[in-house]
Amino acid sequence: MSMTALDHHPALSRPHARRGDRILIGLAVGLTLLFIVAPMAFIFARAFSQGWQVYAANILHPVTLHAMWLTTITAIIVVPINVAFGIAAAWAVAKHRFPGRGILVTIIEIPFSISPIIAGVCYLFLYGRQGLLGPWLQANDMQVIFALPGIVLVTMFVTAPFVAREVLPLMQAQGSEQEQAAVTLGASGWQVFRRVTLPNIKWALLYGAVLCTARAVGEFGGVAVVSGNIRGQTNTLPLHVELLFNDLNAVGAFAAASTLTLIAIIALVLKAVLEGRKAG
Amino acid sequence: MAISISHLTKRFGQTDVLRGIDLGVEKGELVALLGPSGSGKTTLLKIIAGLEWPDSGRLVVDEADWLQLAAQDRRIGFVFQHYALFPHMSVRDNLAFGLTVRPRSARPAKAVIAAKVEELLHFLQISHLGDRYPAQLSGGQRQRVALGRALAIEPSILLLDEPFGALDAAIRRDLRRWLRGVHEATGSTTIFVTHDQEEAFELADRVVVMGEGQIAQIGDADAIHDHPATPFVARFMGATVELPVTMQSGRARADGLDLTVLPRRALPDGPAQVFARPEDIIPQPDPAGPWRIISRTSNGANLRLVLRHPDLGEAELDTPRRAVAADCMIADASMRLRIAFGTIFPGDRRNPAPASEPENIPQLEKTP
Repeated sequence: MSMTALDHHPALSRPHARRGDRILIGLAVGLTLLFIVAPMAFIFARAFSQGWQVYAANILHPVTLHAMWLTTITAIIVVPINVAFGIAAAWAVAKHRFPGRGILVTIIEIPFSISPIIAGVCYLFLYGRQGLLGPWLQANDMQVIFALPGIVLVTMFVTAPFVAREVLPLMQAQGSEQEQAAVTLGASGWQVFRRVTLPNIKWALLYGAVLCTARAVGEFGGVAVVSGNIRGQTNTLPLHVELLFNDLNAVGAFAAASTLTLIAIIALVLKAVLEGRKAG
Repeated sequence: MAISISHLTKRFGQTDVLRGIDLGVEKGELVALLGPSGSGKTTLLKIIAGLEWPDSGRLVVDEADWLQLAAQDRRIGFVFQHYALFPHMSVRDNLAFGLTVRPRSARPAKAVIAAKVEELLHFLQISHLGDRYPAQLSGGQRQRVALGRALAIEPSILLLDEPFGALDAAIRRDLRRWLRGVHEATGSTTIFVTHDQEEAFELADRVVVMGEGQIAQIGDADAIHDHPATPFVARFMGATVELPVTMQSGRARADGLDLTVLPRRALPDGPAQVFARPEDIIPQPDPAGPWRIISRTSNGANLRLVLRHPDLGEAELDTPRRAVAADCMIADASMRLRIAFGTIFPGDRRNPAPASEPENIPQLEKTP
């Protein structure tokens, strides 16, 4: 039946609309299953395909454990720095008027629009042996590229916007009247932040931190360029998955991938919970 | 505390928000800053609070230079139009905020703060709301809490920015009377900003009318209404009829206008303007009169007439229907107009805008 017929017969339109709804819902569920749930299930199926013991042996392999440790330490360094940066940037943009404010907002979002691999290459050109700062770094016996500092820097770059992006709209919507009220009541700068600003943004802040963590743990392209993929030394978990896969160690690759997937699922649940709190 | 403001100026980008403000406020006085939006009144209030800084000028409070003092150290109470309560704190914690943020040496003991909050809740007549959160309160209740929060620190000066602007009419009237009571009870010097004339005149000892970054006039309701200092004040105070006249040895003259009741003015001979209220113009039937009635509406009590003069333009006036020969007030009738009360401003018509301009209409509606 044509659309015009639907318009002219409201009594008929409901069952048709319902059928349309059902098709759309079915399509959405089907695609989600096909593209998201099935691969995830497949990861766990393959990881456990040769039983618990093989899985455990792969997970507890020293090189895999080292990759987990490296990824964890990277996240532990990156997330607090980006939380601090995000709050500072959002605070500056939302509560103050200064020249170049609009440009700052755009700059904060650059990492969203740049492929991580380009970020990696930029850092390589800047800090690498043949890079701009390379000779100076070498003279001072500092290694950035092919070492933890490089991995941390690139991950920081890639995940920089997450917290600022979540906190900024909230701060802008709230304006600065509460802060002004607190100031007239005698509160110091730190008291204003601790007792007025922070409680107002805490859920958005946690939400941004969860997104930031998930992204920091999963970062691949940028880190691949600057880490050098040295097994057991500069190999983060996502890089390790690829390495194992190239070694034709499918169970090992999927076992390592399963830990990443687990982290992602936890982040997703946390995100859903926080989203509810943020809205309420 | 006595406030003395001199030559205060402030620019935001290309706009002069304040253009040389001079104002003195006595200790214990209740002053209203009245003006349309964009007149600079809120900026002036925020400068007194320390939330904005002037580009030049002086702000002296009891001989102390307040421009050297941060907002935190001024001990003022500031009340925002939209309350700015802390949403994550209960009413009690909101009221206590100003006391709990004091440095440890100056902070009252917990029990003292609690007692003070209890006293405030009682004083604000919201004792039953102490444990609620701002989101659970009505607008009027929120504004009481906001005022209580400001009063908790026993401010030397109380500043209120459109305190009742977001409330509906009945609650406004209530809170207005209540605020007057609060002022009398605390005796603190109080300045509030409003664009509502009724509010300003009912509440304040003195009203400061502001326009375009300057103080246009200071006085009480009668003085400002009867003797507006500038065309701006005359228009802001309500509907005006503005007619071109010619000054001759201190007297205003114009064809078809009886201006004899107006006092002599020390103005040079030449073009001038007379500003009158629509109800202060009395139409008088006169077959030789140059005014023609072009429209007539009645609401029973009053007639509203629009008359046209071949040279002077149009005049819209309100007149009690029973007081005039209403039968003669018909379309096309010839009239003379007697101005019973008005103000003469120098300059010709090009300078002040004509009375029929739409900008006067909202002000007419605003006056209840």
